[in-house]
Amino acid sequence: MQEQIKYDYLTNYPIDEVGVEERVARLNSRSIKKESKIQALKLALSMIDLTTLEGKDSPGKVIQLCRKALQPHSELPGLPSVAAVCVYPTMVPVAKKELEASDVKVASVSTAFPAGMVKLSAKLEDTRFAIEQGADEIDMVISRGEFLKGNYNFVFDEIAAVKDACGDVHLKVILETGELGTLENVRKASFLAIHAGADFIKTSTGKISPAATQPVTLVMLEAIRDHYLETGKMIGMKPAGGIRKAKQAIQYLVLVKETLGAAWLTPEWFRFGASSLTNDLLMQIVKQESGIYQCTDYFSND
Amino acid sequence: MSDRIEVLKTYKTYIGGKFPRSESARTYKVKDSKDNIIANACRCTRKDVRDSLTAARSAFPGWRNRSAYNRGQILYRTAEMLEGRKDQFVKELTNTGFNEKNAGRETETAIDRLIYYAGWTDKYQQVFGTVNPVASAHFNFSNPEPTGIVGIVAPESSPLAGLVSMIAPVIAGGNSCVVLASQANPLPAISFGEVLHASDVPGGVVNILSGYSDEMLPHLSSHMDLNAIWNTISNKKTRKQIDENGALNIKRVLHTVNHIWLDDENHNPYYILEFQEIKTTWHPVGN
Repeated sequence: MQEQIKYDYLTNYPIDEVGVEERVARLNSRSIKKESKIQALKLALSMIDLTTLEGKDSPGKVIQLCRKALQPHSELPGLPSVAAVCVYPTMVPVAKKELEASDVKVASVSTAFPAGMVKLSAKLEDTRFAIEQGADEIDMVISRGEFLKGNYNFVFDEIAAVKDACGDVHLKVILETGELGTLENVRKASFLAIHAGADFIKTSTGKISPAATQPVTLVMLEAIRDHYLETGKMIGMKPAGGIRKAKQAIQYLVLVKETLGAAWLTPEWFRFGASSLTNDLLMQIVKQESGIYQCTDYFSND
Repeated sequence: MSDRIEVLKTYKTYIGGKFPRSESARTYKVKDSKDNIIANACRCTRKDVRDSLTAARSAFPGWRNRSAYNRGQILYRTAEMLEGRKDQFVKELTNTGFNEKNAGRETETAIDRLIYYAGWTDKYQQVFGTVNPVASAHFNFSNPEPTGIVGIVAPESSPLAGLVSMIAPVIAGGNSCVVLASQANPLPAISFGEVLHASDVPGGVVNILSGYSDEMLPHLSSHMDLNAIWNTISNKKTRKQIDENGALNIKRVLHTVNHIWLDDENHNPYYILEFQEIKTTWHPVGN
């Protein structure tokens, strides 16, 4: 079967960078107001993977983040909870305990996030540990160095091995597009991850600049679309890092709707990896409902 | 040379150290006392208010942490720049109906106010701060600290001296501000933005908008990120609205209506104190 596929990761598909940027710019000019805006803001809120990935993370911080995930703003009780909380493997049990009775998932980064510069057995061990601790979703990183060397099979085998270790657990594959250099590489890496077994493809770790950008996201969404048209199999998308403003989030939703259609506009198929985005969404929702511009002082600081 | 067409200035706004047009792209006509159109000014809206607040908030920490001495230097520099451009401001004021003598007084008062408050930047703390006697082994100090972002609704009657008499004490005390310029005559205010810009006042510390105050004021006065508002509109309904919106997040509200802004009583350090918070510190002492 592998030989027959139309879109594989060994072929270089040329990408018109100017065209990509123009399409993004055109879609960004969409004006979304009033009720549609409130709907979009709430949808974006429900798609957030609320993330803390710092060396100084403590159980206290993770607990606070989980509370925020369950009830983003206590003054607006009707708001949706976020999709997931994303933490390091050692923090998974803390998050799991807080979120046990809810629909909010616990995602864990693994495979020696963010660099991924360890041998495969350590990556698998890292992944198994996270799952044992109770992670519902795994965010793995690819070996960018090997990818850039052209060692695609190595990267493919790694992803497949991690997927194997995951079993039924949801696997998100971080391409770290900021290190891939070109949009051609982004598309190639997207196909590679999809064929190797990714449930989601994700732009970035958030540790490298540039993190998620709209052109990169569009290229990845188009890879998902082409794969879907070919195989009928849906793959999820997660831009992560650098998305801080509600306005940006809405622009991403437009990209998804126009590239993949409304079926992807659910937390099951689209996520934002973010932390400070949450407060901006909340401030915009309160602004829309009260007509009064808000201040960060009145929203929990996390 | 007689064929030369004079280059007219496009009056814009002053937000975050830049001179953008209003986000709305709308303008309104500024007229002189004989109803002749002399310029188009930006008719700013709530989105410009929002952008100004964002700029003012990000400029605030840097400005408050400047040494008081340095803030004084910068205010003094502003006065120097205004002095150098005196003729331009006198011309702008006479164009809108001031006579030569009053336009001169208006401009000179503005310059003198800047010098006056430049001197106060490193002194008001000593005048208003206290060392408090306490019944324990502590030093106890109360010190004034800037409140944050101050909204300024500048007076209609005195488009330059009044405006500067309000901006100077606010920024001398380490605050940043969002200013709604005189509606009928915003031109000197926008030109004053250029003076600030040329005087090392960091971008965003002073933001100046022109337009209709009844369109902008509700959004400014209700903004949860605004810490204080200084109003000169005497209309009772407007004042009530400002008071009510001020209560939303307990803004400091100061109304100074029907002032003769050229009078000496309008420069005093209590205007600095109006926009300060008093912080009291307990410091243990041994003996």
